[in-house]
Amino acid sequence: MEAARIPAARSPLAVLRNALGQYGLILALLVLPVAYGIDDLRTDGDLSRLANNLVDGLSNGAIWALVAIGYTLVYGIIELINFAHGEVFMIGSFASASLFATIGLGAVTGTAGLVFGLVAVLLLAMVVSGTLNVMIERVAYRPLRGSPKLAPLITAVGMSFILQNVGLLWRGGSPEGIVDLIESQNALFTVAGVVVTNGDLLAVVVTIPLVLLMTAFITRSRLGKAMRATAQDPDAARLMGINVDTTISLTFLIGGMLAGAAGLIYALYQTTIWYFQGFTAGLIAFTAAVMGGIGNVRGAVLGGFIIGFIQQISDNRIGGEWTPAIVFAYLVLIMTFKPSGLLGEETREAG
Amino acid sequence: MSTAVGVEERAQARSRRFGRPDQLPIAARRLLAAALIVGGLVLPFFFDAGGGFIDDATLALAYVVMALGLNIIVGFAGLLDLGYVAFFAIGAYTIGWFGSFFFSGITENGIHVLVTGIAAEAPGIHLNFLIIVVIAVLFCTIAGMAIGLPTLRLRGDYIAIVTLAFGEIIGRIAINGDQIALGFLGGEQTLTAGRQGITPVDKVDLPLLAPFTSLELRPWYWLAFALVLLVLFVNLRLRDSRLGRAWIALREDEVAAASMGVPLVKTKLMAYGTGAAFGGISGAFLGSYLNTVNADQFQFSFSIFLLAMIILGGLGSIWGVVLGAIALSFINNRLIPDVLNDVPSALGLDFDLTQLSFGIFGFLLLIMMVLRPEGLIPERRRQMELRDESIETDEAVYEARMS
Repeated sequence: MEAARIPAARSPLAVLRNALGQYGLILALLVLPVAYGIDDLRTDGDLSRLANNLVDGLSNGAIWALVAIGYTLVYGIIELINFAHGEVFMIGSFASASLFATIGLGAVTGTAGLVFGLVAVLLLAMVVSGTLNVMIERVAYRPLRGSPKLAPLITAVGMSFILQNVGLLWRGGSPEGIVDLIESQNALFTVAGVVVTNGDLLAVVVTIPLVLLMTAFITRSRLGKAMRATAQDPDAARLMGINVDTTISLTFLIGGMLAGAAGLIYALYQTTIWYFQGFTAGLIAFTAAVMGGIGNVRGAVLGGFIIGFIQQISDNRIGGEWTPAIVFAYLVLIMTFKPSGLLGEETREAG
Repeated sequence: MSTAVGVEERAQARSRRFGRPDQLPIAARRLLAAALIVGGLVLPFFFDAGGGFIDDATLALAYVVMALGLNIIVGFAGLLDLGYVAFFAIGAYTIGWFGSFFFSGITENGIHVLVTGIAAEAPGIHLNFLIIVVIAVLFCTIAGMAIGLPTLRLRGDYIAIVTLAFGEIIGRIAINGDQIALGFLGGEQTLTAGRQGITPVDKVDLPLLAPFTSLELRPWYWLAFALVLLVLFVNLRLRDSRLGRAWIALREDEVAAASMGVPLVKTKLMAYGTGAAFGGISGAFLGSYLNTVNADQFQFSFSIFLLAMIILGGLGSIWGVVLGAIALSFINNRLIPDVLNDVPSALGLDFDLTQLSFGIFGFLLLIMMVLRPEGLIPERRRQMELRDESIETDEAVYEARMS
C-alpha cells in the first residue's frame, strides 16, 4: 500500500520543470516581440513599428506555411525529411518567372489580364512543382523504402544539390530581379500607421483558400482518408486495400503543389529569385513545421506565421544577415527541448 | 559439425579470392602497409615541387584527415552529422587567431611562442604550429561535445538537422564576425574577418626544420601525409577498442546497446569529440596551407562534400574513406576544373563544369545510396547487413551451429 501511494505534493522544482516544458517554447517565442515592443513604446510611444513587422511577417509566414505543409505531410506519412523540398519551392519560383515571360505578363498588363494570367501561372507552377516532387519521390526515396532510415535522407540531400544546379543552369548564379507585376511594395491601405501592401494581400488571398482546400481534401475525401490511414499505419492500410505507393505519391504531389504556389508568391512578393533561395527557405519552413509539431498541418501553418514574424523582426531590427542564425537557433532550441512542437504529439523520433 | 567446417572453408576460400587488406595474413598486411607508406613518401619526388599535382595531393590528404573524423561520427557511431564544416571552421580560425597578425590591434609588440623568421617579429599572436594544433583539437573537442549535447535525446534525421543548424550558425558567425566587436580586448578588434578573410597566415614552422614556404610544397605534403598516418593509426586503434565496439553497437541498435551496458551519453559525446578533433587538426593545417581563413570556405556544401567522400568509399570503412576522400578531392580539384571543364563548351553548351561540381556530388550521393549503399570498399559488417547473400550465410552459420 505504501508503495502504491501517489506522492501528494510535488516539489516546486518539478512543478517549474513541468511548466517550462509546457510553456517554455511559447515564452521563448515571445522574447523578441515583447522586448522590441517595450523598446518601441519607449522610443516611439506606440507599437506601429511592431505591428508593421507583424503584417509583413504574416505575409512572409504565408509562404513558409505553404512550404512547411509539404514537409509535415511527407514526414507524417513516411517519416522522412524531404530535404529537396526547398528546391521544389525554388523551381516553383523559377517556373513562375519564366511563365510570366511566356504568357506575356508585364508591368503594363491590365488588371483583368493580370488576375487571369496570374491564376494560370499559379496553376502551372503548382503542376510543375507537384510533378517534380512526385518524380523526386519515385527516383530518390522509393527505391530505398526498406533501407536504414538515414539512406533516404542522404539521397534527399543529394537531390537537393542536383536541383540547385538545375536552377543554377536555368537562370544563372546570381540573384535575379524579375518584373514587379503587382507592385508588391505599393501600399494598399493604412490602418493606424500599419501599412498593408499589395504583396501582403496577395500572400493572404492565395494562401488561405489553398490551405482550406487542402485541409478539406485531407479530412473529407476518400483519398485524404487513405493518406491519413497510411500515415497512421502503412501495413494496416495496405491490408485494407489502400494502394500505399499511390497514396505516398499523392502526398508528394500535394506538398509539391503547395510549394509551387509558395514559389509564385515569393517571386511576386520579393521580386528577386535565385537558385540558392530554396536552401534557406527550406530550412526556415522546416523550422516552422517542427515548431508547429511535425506531422500536424495546422501546426505547420501556425509555425509558418510565427517564423515569418520572427524573421521579419530580425530582418528589420537585428539585420538580415543574422536572420538565418536566429531561425536556426530557434530550430535547435525547439528540437532539443520540445521536439513535439506547439501542437504535435510525441513522435517516435522525438520520444 | 561438418556443415560448420564447410561454411568456414567456403568463407576462407572467398576471402582468398577477393583478397582484402584486413583478411590477408599479418605479414602480408604489414608488407602492404609499408609499401603504401614508402610509396606515399617518395611520391612527391616524381613531381614538380611547386606544381599542381603536389598541391592537389596535399589538399587530398588534408581532406582524408577530415573525412576520417567525419567517419567516426557517421560511419562508426551512426550519427548523421551534416554540420561537420563547423569543425573545419573552428580549426581554421584557431590558426587565424593564434598564428597571424589578426590580433595586432591589441598587442603592440605581439606575442610570440616558439616561432622563428618573420612571424617572430610581426605584431599579433604567433604560436608554434604544434601548439596551435593542440589548441584546435581542444576547441573542436569542446565544440563537438557542445553540439552533441542537444542531440543526445534525438535519433536519426533530427540529429542531422540539429547538426546542420549548428554548422550554419557557426558559418553565419564566421561571415558576420567582422561586425562582432570584441570590446573587452580594446581597439576595433572583431571576432573574425568575415568574407575578407584573415590573410596571410603563418606558415607551418616545425622544430628542427626550416619554416615552410609556398614555393616548395613537398614539406607540406609530407606533413599532411604524417597527419594522415597519425589519424589512421588512431582510427584503427579506436575501431578495435572498447570504445570503437561501443560506437558500432550504438549504430546497430541503440536500445540493445544501452541494455548491454554501453553508456550512451559518454559514447556519443566521445564520438562527436573525437571526430571533431580531426576536423580541427585538418582545419588548422589548411588555414596555414591555403594562407587564408575566409568565411566563404565554411559552407554547408563542404559538409556534403565530405559526406560524399565517406559514402563513396563506404560508411565506417577506414580504407574506403581514405580512397573516397582522395578520389573526390582529385575529382573536385583536378578532373572537373582542368580535364573535363571544356567538355560542355565543346558540346556547344554555355556553362562551366566547375559550377556543377556540387550537383555532380549530389548525383553521386544519390547513385551510391540507390545502387551500392555499402560503398566502394565496404566495411565487412555493413556489407553483411546490406547484401542478401550474407543473410543466407548468416542463416547457414546459424543452422550449422544448431546442428
